[in-house]
Amino acid sequence: MTHIKEMVIVSGKGGTGKTSLAGALSSLFQGKVIADCDVDAANLHLILQPEEVLQTKEFTGGKKAKIDPERCTKCGTCREVCRYDAISEDFTIDPFSCEGCGACYFFCSAMAVNFSTRLAGHYYICSISGNGRFVFAELLPGEDNSGKLVAAVRNEAREEAVKTGVNFILIDGPPGIGCPVISSITGTHLAVVVTEPTPSGIHDLKRIVDLTHHFQVKTALVVNKWDIHPGYTREMKQYCAEQNLIFLGEIPYETAITKAQKEAKTILDFAPDCAASGSIREIYTKLHEILEEV
Amino acid sequence: MRDMNIAFASGKGGTGKTTIAVNLAFFLAYSQQQVQYLDCDVEEPNGHIFLKPEIHTRTAAKVMVPVIDQDKCTHCGECSEKCQFNALVTLPSNTLLFPELCHGCGLCVRICPEGAIHEGEREIGFIEKGKAIQNIDFVHGILNVGEPMAGPIIHEVKRQYKKEHIRIIDAPPGTSCPVVKTIHDADVVVMVTEPTPFGLHDLQIAVSVAQNLGKPIGIVINRQNGEFPPLVTYLLNNSLPVLMVLPEDIEIARCYSQGELIIKALPLYIDQFMELAVNIGRLLGKTKDRR
Ligand code: SF4
Ligand code: SF4
Repeated sequence: MTHIKEMVIVSGKGGTGKTSLAGALSSLFQGKVIADCDVDAANLHLILQPEEVLQTKEFTGGKKAKIDPERCTKCGTCREVCRYDAISEDFTIDPFSCEGCGACYFFCSAMAVNFSTRLAGHYYICSISGNGRFVFAELLPGEDNSGKLVAAVRNEAREEAVKTGVNFILIDGPPGIGCPVISSITGTHLAVVVTEPTPSGIHDLKRIVDLTHHFQVKTALVVNKWDIHPGYTREMKQYCAEQNLIFLGEIPYETAITKAQKEAKTILDFAPDCAASGSIREIYTKLHEILEEV
Repeated sequence: MRDMNIAFASGKGGTGKTTIAVNLAFFLAYSQQQVQYLDCDVEEPNGHIFLKPEIHTRTAAKVMVPVIDQDKCTHCGECSEKCQFNALVTLPSNTLLFPELCHGCGLCVRICPEGAIHEGEREIGFIEKGKAIQNIDFVHGILNVGEPMAGPIIHEVKRQYKKEHIRIIDAPPGTSCPVVKTIHDADVVVMVTEPTPFGLHDLQIAVSVAQNLGKPIGIVINRQNGEFPPLVTYLLNNSLPVLMVLPEDIEIARCYSQGELIIKALPLYIDQFMELAVNIGRLLGKTKDRR
């Protein structure tokens, strides 16, 4: 079996154009599985427009506690052991505050606490044009455990890669630096950070790069809308050199990108001749070479 | 308007949630209100870039972690079996803790039959407090890089609430548990969205989170560039009021890229923020009437 390579696109800060770039790149790469790991707010399926959902799987998250009022003797033990103030004075549990630790369940002497897993989301394996596979997930609103769902999506993507005989997985990661991001980047071969030249962009770039370094993932950088502040773009390039990151390229501000988004198209399909499309194709060529080596 | 929590959420990242929140905070403070700004986007806090606070206190945010006395541990495995987060592993010769997985629930401390586990502390980030421009009371929390759990820091930020203030709360992006923790006690939730299929898709999820919590919701449409009919239809069908519309304007993007407030750099937008403040007031008034 050939070695499967995984590349993740992340951004630290949200809204830097990560998903737009992921959509555009995924149309360029041949022989791939695409995984949308932004499980809180999955968007890639809107661009990729899967042909068919081949399989839907259920994702069960952690357990949550519920008190059976018939059995409850109102002794108050559960309220004492719960560290999350999830149990009210009249002994009902607020499901949004419950962390699912089970303390109330294990310590209730009247066995009045019901503690069971519940459905927390779904994930879908789909076919996309060109015989590719696409895995994405939807966490039910307000649910926890997005890190575990990310792991499930990545597993599924790997299995699909083996089944369809391809050796490349492109992952669209979530914003931030927390649990789902950590699950998305660990063990990948390359992390592509998409950023924009703003003070918050710089601030968040440093945090995400600290994270990729922490998990020893090779890191490359794309500056989107570079021309809204060439000064910061320069600063970012310099930072790249200092930190030993690969500078992949810069994409100019392009109003057609918003228009393409409105129609749920990639910029490459919408305006193939614009400067931004040209930059993306260059980025792709570089990526191709880098991935050969990692 | 006094003593209330106005939370800014967005579902999708990068819709301009922080931009709207900091500009409203400034507008209210400028209008002689007592304002506190609390940044609960602890993975990527950005509010300070615009509000430029002078930080005067910095405290560590800690969580409880169990400390295992290996001499007392008899390797019975009770703790590792009961821990819901797989943070403990009992080996034949000792019991190991994986601190990043621990939720600090304290179950193991109580359940260990040998009394071999006691409570320790671990730092996962910090809270900074100070005074920002226009005398805005400023609080933000910062999660240490590599730490997975934002929840306890959000909790810590929210413990800094000041009475008799309008509290502007900047929520993290997304629609999962950290968002729920942030908007849990909001009096009103302002959802900032953009008129694209992505914006709409994520808005719908975020709205259902806030609706499940029974919160009054208002919408801000950012980067409007011609109407996006599916958004209009969705808002109508769900009777969601639009509190403000900001156009797509490269000047705003530039302002942002320089860390400047829109209402300071582009005064023509002051009216819009006044309208936003008035509309939030109305939305609150309406929900009070209903009660
Ligand atoms: S499971 Fe844990 S968090 Fe949930 S109510 Fe019981 S003690 Fe509280
Ligand atoms: S405190 Fe709770 S989460 Fe942490 S190790 Fe003990 S039982 Fe597990």
